Amino acid sequence: MSIHNHPKKAKEFVSNDERMHWHDKALWFVREKRDKASKSIPEWEKLREYAQQIKTHTMANLDKYLLEFEENATKRGIKVHFAKDAKEHNEIVYNILKEHQVKKVVKSKSMLTEECHLNPFLEKKGIEVVDTDLGERIVQFRKEPPSHIVLPAIHLKKEDVAKTFHKELGTDENNSDPTYLTRAAREHLRGKFLEADAGITGVNFAIANTGGVVVCTNEGNADMGSSLPKLHIACMGIEKIIPRLQDLSIFTRLLARSATGQPITTYTSHYHGAIENGEMHIVIVDNNRANFLSSNKYKKALNCIRCGACMNTCPVYRRSGGHSYDYVIPGPIGSSLATFRDPKLHKTLSFACSLCGSCSNVCPVKIDLDSQLYNHRQDLYEKNIISTKKRVVMKLSVWVLNSPILFSILGKITRKIVPLIPKKIIYNRFNIWGKQRDIPNMPTKSFKELYKEGSIDVK
Amino acid sequence: MKIGLFIPCFMNELYPKSCIATLKLLKSLNLDVEYPEEQTCCGQPMANAGCAKDIKTLAYKFVSTFSKYDYIVAPSGSCVTMVKEHYKDFFHEDDEEYNKTKTSIYEICEFLHDIMKITKLDVKFPYKVGLHNSCHGHRALKLGTASELNIPYNNKLRNLLNLVEGIEIVDLKREDECCGFGGTFCVTQEDVSVAMGKDRINDHLDSYAQFITGADMSCLMHLEGIINRDKSPLKVVHITEILAGEVQ
Ligand code: SF4
Repeated sequence: MSIHNHPKKAKEFVSNDERMHWHDKALWFVREKRDKASKSIPEWEKLREYAQQIKTHTMANLDKYLLEFEENATKRGIKVHFAKDAKEHNEIVYNILKEHQVKKVVKSKSMLTEECHLNPFLEKKGIEVVDTDLGERIVQFRKEPPSHIVLPAIHLKKEDVAKTFHKELGTDENNSDPTYLTRAAREHLRGKFLEADAGITGVNFAIANTGGVVVCTNEGNADMGSSLPKLHIACMGIEKIIPRLQDLSIFTRLLARSATGQPITTYTSHYHGAIENGEMHIVIVDNNRANFLSSNKYKKALNCIRCGACMNTCPVYRRSGGHSYDYVIPGPIGSSLATFRDPKLHKTLSFACSLCGSCSNVCPVKIDLDSQLYNHRQDLYEKNIISTKKRVVMKLSVWVLNSPILFSILGKITRKIVPLIPKKIIYNRFNIWGKQRDIPNMPTKSFKELYKEGSIDVK
Repeated sequence: MKIGLFIPCFMNELYPKSCIATLKLLKSLNLDVEYPEEQTCCGQPMANAGCAKDIKTLAYKFVSTFSKYDYIVAPSGSCVTMVKEHYKDFFHEDDEEYNKTKTSIYEICEFLHDIMKITKLDVKFPYKVGLHNSCHGHRALKLGTASELNIPYNNKLRNLLNLVEGIEIVDLKREDECCGFGGTFCVTQEDVSVAMGKDRINDHLDSYAQFITGADMSCLMHLEGIINRDKSPLKVVHITEILAGEVQ
């Protein structure tokens, strides 16, 4: 696989100025809604602190809570499976489906199944998988990955959706009225729900002391998918565990407000067992998560509750679009997760960041996202993954900067020479700064020179 | 009380006016200020590019140059953040000299606001001014309340600017949106960087600002570069120049 290149993909996205600004504004609008919602709660910062503490505690005792969860879920008749990686996860899911002779599956949004590439795996085995979240369905029709974890089709305009639905559902190509399109999608999905033999859902929270799982959706599609067919499979990463039912309130208060600015998600569904005459399975996946636990610098990344707020606030994400990250989870948290998992493949992601720090402040569980990205950069250097050119330039700069005299001389020469060089030569193709920006005007003397001369009149 | 003036390398070379304004501000308070001539750079650009290991020598140099002062003051939030936050990897946690440096370094506005607690400035600036809250100073040094947080609002830069006669600070739509400079980010991600800069400038233009000011010259240099290229009717000035009454 060739190395992913964020700057290149970002360039493509930025070059369509109108669409880029539309994307930026749409997400900023969500961020503003989130600001209002978070500011309506006086104890917001305390909630963030509690959430962080609960998560950190849970992760430090994860084995204990996973076993507690398994025990309690089993008592409720839920079948619990553990998978070490994506492959095992997919096989477990497939075997359950095979056992029940399932031909059609409805799925409600789960980034984990996206991470494990479950859809193509099942499709290859002849099983139809329909994503039932509206945004997910749109990108599924278009054979694209989601570009945001909460708003998977945010890169598309309603006109794009009209075109897609025209092709797939036979709606009027020129009618992009959202109500019209949503109705068409709903009708289409109704049919899929009724036909389905099994429902697969994600998990937002798994509660150790009850053995139940909680799924939050705005469209109620998880409920349809888990209560119409007899078979319900819930797939979750090991990090979704929280210790007690009462801890849940902290997270549900933070999640919807951070994600979309809503006080609560429309449906917060608790599953504590199968429906009548049905069967419920939970597949718990590691897929490289445990490694985070042993890393002091990055383990907090596992605390993520997937609200998407760091994406909405990130000025780079808003302007470069989710697909530029080439990873199942984009934005600041995605950059950290991806780089930890495969630094070589994702080496540009920790640099796709101006280190503004807005993400760490917006994060409801206080993940130190910007420090993680800073640390990743240092690790890439350590692991010899960043380019030799950059290495040489940096080493040279430090060498110059170690000598005040050399540095002063070079500064002086630059200030003298630059004004004499014709513009054409200064703004050459290697001068990336100068492509769209003028270089600063050169003063005749540096501050140091003026200070030494004693010519600074301080009164 | 002896103060060591730390002037970021590129400001020394390219923006002597803002450096002079910084010195003047400190001198106007009758402070004993010294500019140690052996200083060069805090190493921030290299560290942000992933080469923090390489700057160890610069960090040692910085600490040995500045640890003798009671306060270290610099007109750059991001360089102060570098010393405060990122030098710690190079020093033992109870290294006295480093700990002293770390706790006595201040961004100039922070110093005027928190240490000198100034309540009066005898200067005028009768213009509409947009305040660009540069991220490092704003969020890491907490010069102002980040818009993401739910804590009481305060902004040290704004408080200081409010001491200037005739100034009108305009309200921006996005109070603390990043301008896209980001050190080497401005080159490695040129397209996004410039897009961010343009949006930041347009926010100021839409608010009828005549000047953009801020406490980090690197962000201002990036914005100025775009403004000059696009011939926008905006001027850029470092906050120290307004506070010192150096621009009329
Ligand atoms: S890192 Fe924080 S802000 Fe980003 S998605 Fe996860 S919980 Fe939300």
